[in-house]
Amino acid sequence: MAVKIPNTLFEQLRQHGEQTYPHECCGVLVGEFTDEAEKTVTSVVPCGNTRTDSLANRYHISPAELVKIQRDAMLAGCDIVGFYHSHPDHPAQWSETDLAEAHWTGCSYLITSVENGSAVLTHSFVLLGQEEEKHFEDEVIVQLSQK
Amino acid sequence: MPIKILIPTPLRPYAGKQAVLEVTGQTVGEALSDLVAQYPDLRKHLFSEEGKLRSFVNVYLNDEDIRYLSKDTTPVKETDTITIVPSVAGGR
Repeated sequence: MAVKIPNTLFEQLRQHGEQTYPHECCGVLVGEFTDEAEKTVTSVVPCGNTRTDSLANRYHISPAELVKIQRDAMLAGCDIVGFYHSHPDHPAQWSETDLAEAHWTGCSYLITSVENGSAVLTHSFVLLGQEEEKHFEDEVIVQLSQK
Repeated sequence: MPIKILIPTPLRPYAGKQAVLEVTGQTVGEALSDLVAQYPDLRKHLFSEEGKLRSFVNVYLNDEDIRYLSKDTTPVKETDTITIVPSVAGGR
């Protein structure tokens, strides 16, 4: 399992976590599924966090925003291949909440730990299995250098 | 009357691996019923055992959430697009 992402986009999603610190950031990864075990990110779409009641430890992307991103991606011949969010002052590991609220099987969920305002680690997890037995598996992030 | 439905990536394995499908119906509910009639494997991913849309499944008619329209009785016309998007949320 691997997700390929250009360096500039990787840095963009990490910086988003620094910009929103101490709140969680979130966004969508658009690209293409290369095969069942691999996907390539071609653009990153930062989103607003609609969980205004608990911005420091929860995130939620407006479905209306997802509808627009999915439509635009499909018009461009791409797909939603994953999502990202940050964990302010918390490890870059998925939480029980992350798993409970994850429903996009096959997609990547990137998590960046942001400590004292600086992005530290970014890990990726792919959601597998049907809803009742869904689980995350570690996924390799392959950073692509600019051509 | 054919209505276009956009299928999100996690549901495509249960929808003939297609991103866009055409269904028929006069309302969103009828369109979704036709969808699961064509692709029965989709049913449990969209609906609970009681036949209600699962809580994390959002259905939009064009740019409007059907929960804020007339839900499954919302009328549809040929130029409309129905979009299904599972929710995205979480946190540490």
